[in-house]
Amino acid sequence: MDFLPTLWFILIAVLWGGYLFLEGFDLGVGMLMKTFAKNEKQRRVLLNTIGPVWDGNEVWLITAGAATFAAFPDWYASLFSALYIPLTLVLVALIFRAVAFEYRGKAHTDAVRNAWDWAISLGSFFAAFGVGAMLALSTTGLPLDANGDRVGGPFAWFNMYAVLGGIGVVAFCLVHALAFLGLKTDGDIRRRAAKLVARWLPVALLPLAAWAVAVVLLNLSVAALAPLALAVVALVFAFIQARKYNEGLVFLGMAVFLLAGVAAIFVAAFPNVLPSSIDAAYNLTVYNASSTPYTLKLMSIVAAFGLPLVLVYQGWTYWVFRKRISESHIPDARVVTSIV
Amino acid sequence: MAALLMLAKGFLSEGQGMDALEIARWQFGITTVYHFLMVPLTIGLGLVVAVMQTVWHRTGKEEYLRMTKFWGKLFLINFIMGVATGIVQEFQFGMAWSEYSRFVGDVFGAPLAMEALLAFFIESTFLGLWIFGWGRLPKRIHLATIWIVSVASILSAYFILVANSWMQHPVGTEMIDGRATMVDAWAVFTNNTALVTFPHTIFGGFAVAGGFLLGISWYHLHKRRSSGVDVVNASGNLIVGESVTLGRNRDKVDYKVWIKSLRIGAAIALVSFLGVAFSGHAQAQLMFEQQPMKMAAAEAACHDGTGFSILSIGNLRSEGATTCDDMVAVWELPGLLSFLAHNDFDTEIKGVNTLLPEYQEKYGTHLPDDPIYGERAGSEINYLPIMEVTYWGFRLMITLGGLSAVAAGVALWLTRKGTVPQSKWLSRLALFGMLAPFGANSAGWIFTEMGRQPFVVAPNPSFEGIDQVFMYTAAAVSPGVSGGEMLFSLITLTLVYAFLLVVEVVLLTRYIRGGIGSAMPELHDHPDDDSEDTDVLSFAY
Ligand code: HDD
Ligand code: HEM
Ligand code: HEM
Repeated sequence: MDFLPTLWFILIAVLWGGYLFLEGFDLGVGMLMKTFAKNEKQRRVLLNTIGPVWDGNEVWLITAGAATFAAFPDWYASLFSALYIPLTLVLVALIFRAVAFEYRGKAHTDAVRNAWDWAISLGSFFAAFGVGAMLALSTTGLPLDANGDRVGGPFAWFNMYAVLGGIGVVAFCLVHALAFLGLKTDGDIRRRAAKLVARWLPVALLPLAAWAVAVVLLNLSVAALAPLALAVVALVFAFIQARKYNEGLVFLGMAVFLLAGVAAIFVAAFPNVLPSSIDAAYNLTVYNASSTPYTLKLMSIVAAFGLPLVLVYQGWTYWVFRKRISESHIPDARVVTSIV
Repeated sequence: MAALLMLAKGFLSEGQGMDALEIARWQFGITTVYHFLMVPLTIGLGLVVAVMQTVWHRTGKEEYLRMTKFWGKLFLINFIMGVATGIVQEFQFGMAWSEYSRFVGDVFGAPLAMEALLAFFIESTFLGLWIFGWGRLPKRIHLATIWIVSVASILSAYFILVANSWMQHPVGTEMIDGRATMVDAWAVFTNNTALVTFPHTIFGGFAVAGGFLLGISWYHLHKRRSSGVDVVNASGNLIVGESVTLGRNRDKVDYKVWIKSLRIGAAIALVSFLGVAFSGHAQAQLMFEQQPMKMAAAEAACHDGTGFSILSIGNLRSEGATTCDDMVAVWELPGLLSFLAHNDFDTEIKGVNTLLPEYQEKYGTHLPDDPIYGERAGSEINYLPIMEVTYWGFRLMITLGGLSAVAAGVALWLTRKGTVPQSKWLSRLALFGMLAPFGANSAGWIFTEMGRQPFVVAPNPSFEGIDQVFMYTAAAVSPGVSGGEMLFSLITLTLVYAFLLVVEVVLLTRYIRGGIGSAMPELHDHPDDDSEDTDVLSFAY
C-alpha cells in the first residue's frame, strides 16, 4: 500500500535529478552567453552546443511538475501556490529564454541581438535560481497551515534555505556548463572552460553540497549519509580530474556528484515531501499527500514504459550531435531580406 | 529601496478590494486563449510539413523541398511560442488553482503527466533532431523525425483534451473523502466528450493551417503578378516568368511552391470545415445531454423550443438575472436546433426558464457555508452563464469557420487557371482572412469554458451515481494567494504576452515577406562556398 507512494517519491526525485543534470548545462551555457563568450562567433558556438537538446531538457521540468500533480496533488498544490511570486518570475524567465534562443539569430541589428542575449543570460539565471530555491524550500519547509496553504504573506517563503538552494543550483549550472563545453567545443572556448573548471569546481559545488548537508542534519538522517559521502567523493574526484584536464572524467564526476547529492537530499527528506515550518502535524508526507493506489498504479505502468524510452531517444540525440563545435564551424550570419 | 520593497509587499498582500477569483479567471482565460493561438497552427502545420517532406522524399521535386523549408520555418517560429506559453499552463493549476488541484489531482493529473511523458518529450526531442538533422541524419530517418513530431503534437492534444473533457463531463470517478478519485481509467480516457472534442479541435487546427497556407501563398502569387513576373496573356493563359534581378528568389520553381501550397491549403480548409461541422454536431448532441444549461445559453433560449436562433435580441446579460423573459428570437430556423442536438426536428430543447429551477433543486440555491468559498460562502448561485458570451461565441465560431470555408472554395475557383487575380483588394483579404480560423478557435474555447460556469467541474446529470462529482469555480482558487499576488502575475504575464505577440508577428511578417529565400539562404550561395566543415553543423542558430 505504501509501496506505490514511495516509488513515486523516488521517481519524482529521479525526474528532478534528470532535470538538474540535463538542463543544468543548458541553463549554465545560457548564463555564460554574456560573460564567458568573447565575441559573436563564440556566443553562437555556445548556443549551438545546446541547440538541438535544450527543449527536450526543459521537458524534464514540465514532467517533474506534472508527475507531482498526478502522484502528489497536495504537494503540487501547496508548493506551487505558496511560491506564487517566485514561480511567476521563473515562468517569465523561461519564456524569455526559450523565445530568445529561437529569435536571436533572426535579429536585424546588434542592439536587438544583444537584448536577446541578455534575455538568455538573465532568463537562465533566474530560472536556475528559482528552481533551486523551490527545491530547497520543498525539502526544508514552508509556513503552511492545516489545509496546506501558505500563511504569512507573499514573501513568507523567503529564508536562507531559499537563497542557499538558489545559489547552489546557479553555481552548479555554471561549472557544469563549463565542463560540458569542455566536451562539446574546441579551440579557445574549450581551453578557457577547462581552466575555469580546474580553478572553480570545488567552490561552485560547495553551496549545493551545503544544502544537502543541511537537509541531512535537519532530518538527522542516517540513510542519507551513504549518498552524501558518494557525492563528496565524486566532488573530490571531479576536482582531481579537472586539474589533469580529463574532460570526460570531470563530467562523469559532476554527474555522480549531482545525482548522489539529489539522492541524499531526497532520502533525508523522506517521508516528508513538504514539511510545514508551523507545525509538524501539517507536514505533507509521502503518505498523506499522495494520489490513490489506483492512479499511482496506472501512472507506474505508464512510467515503466515511458521513462526508459525517453532515456533511449534522448541518449540517441546526444550521440547524433556528438561532434565538437568550434568557431570555424559557424557559418556567417544571414539576414533575411524582403523580396517585396 | 527598502521603502519601495515595503510598498510592494503591502500591495502584494492586499486582499480586499481585489478579488483573487476574478483575477485568477481572467489570467487563466488570457493565458490559455493565447496558448491556443499557437497550438492549432502547430498541430495543423506540423502534419502539412511532414506530408510535404514526404512528397519531396518520394519524388525528389525541388518545389516540395522548398515548401518543406519555408513552411517549416514558419512552423518553428510559431512552435517556440507554443512551448513558452505552455509551461505557464502547466504551472498555473498549482499556483492559482490549488483547491482545484487538490480536488481533482487524482484524476486530472494523470492525463497531464502522460502528456508530458509520452508526448512533450517526443515532440521536443525529435523537433531538435529535425531542425539540426538536415543533412546529418540519413534522409529517411530525418523524414521520420518530423512525422514523429507531428504525431506527438496530436497525441498531446488528445491527452489534454481528455483532461478538459473530464471537467465538462466527469466520468470514471468516485468521491472519496471529498476528493474526486479515479476508479476507471478506461472510462476517463474514452470519455465520449473527449472522443468528439478531439476531432473537433484537431480539425480546427487544420482549418487554421489551411487558411495560413492559402493566405500567404495568395500574397506571393499576387506579388509575382503585380510585379510582372507572371503574366496572363490575351487569351487568358498564364505565362510563368522568372525574375533575374532578384536571383533565385523568384524563379519558376517558386511559382510551383506557391500555387501548390495555395491549392493544398484551400483543400485542407474545405475538408476541415466538414470535419468541424460533423464533430461539432456530435458535440452538440452530447452537450444537450451533459450540459443542458450550456446549450440553452448558447442559444440564448429562455423557453423550450426547436429552432436555431439566427438572431435573438433583448437583454442577454445574466448578471444577477434569475429569469430571462426579455430575450426574443427575431429570426430562427425552425427545427434546426433540435436537429443539431438530437438528429430530429421536433425534440424540444429546454430553455433557461425550465432549467434554472431544475438546477436550483438539484444543486441548491446558495453556496455552502464553507470557508473554501471565502467571501462568497452562503451567497446565491447564478446558474446562468454570461449569455452574451455564449450566444455570440457560438455564432462567431461557426460563422468565422464557415466564412473561411466559403473563401477557400472561392479561392479554388479563382485560381483554377494557375494564378490569382490581379486585385490588390483580394490579396489583402486573403492575408487578413488567415485570422478567421484563429478567431473561430478562440471563440469556441471561450464559449465552451465560460458556458460551463459557474462550475469548473460540471455536474453530470446523465451519469447515474456520480452526480456529486462537481466543483464550483468559486471553490477552486488558491486560498493562500492574495488578490495582489494574482494581480501581479496577471499584469506581468499579460505584458510579456503582449510584447511577445508583437515580436512574433514582426518575425513572421519578415519571413513571410522574405519568401522562400528567407528560409533557404543556401539558395543564394555559390556551390563552391561549401567548406569541409558543413557536416558538423548543417544548421546553426
Ligand atoms: C488541443 C491542443 C492543446 C491544448 C488544449 C493545450 N495544449 Fe499545450 N500544447 C499543445 C497542445 C495543446 C501542443 C500542440 O502540443 C504544443 C503547442 C506548441 C508545442 O510546442 O506543443 C503545446 C505546448 C505545451 C507545453 C510545452 C511543451 C514543450 O516544452 O514542448 C506545455 C507545458 C503545455 N502545452 C501545457 C498545456 C496545458 C497545461 C494546457 C491546459 C490548459 C494546454 N497545454 C492546452
Ligand atoms: C487551449 C484551449 C483553451 C482555452 C482557449 C480555454 C479558455 C478558457 C477561458 C476563456 C476560461 C475562463 C472562463 C471564465 O472565467 O469564465 C477558462 C477557464 C478554465 N479552463 Fe479553459 N481553455 C482551454 C483549455 C483548457 C484545458 C485543456 C483545461 C484543462 C486541462 C482547461 C481548464 C480550465 C480551468 C481550470 C479554468 C479556470 C476556471 C474558470 O475560470 O472557469 N482549459 N478557460
Ligand atoms: C458547423 C460548425 C460548427 C459546429 C456545429 C460546432 C459546434 C461546437 C460545439 C457544440 C462546441 C462546444 C462543445 C462543448 O462545450 O461541449 C464547440 C466547441 C469548439 N469549437 Fe466548434 N463548431 C463548429 C465550427 C467550428 C470551427 C470552424 C472551429 C475552428 C476553426 C471550431 C472550434 C471550436 C473549438 C476550439 C471549441 C472548443 C473546444 C471543444 O470543446 O471542442 N468550431 N463547437
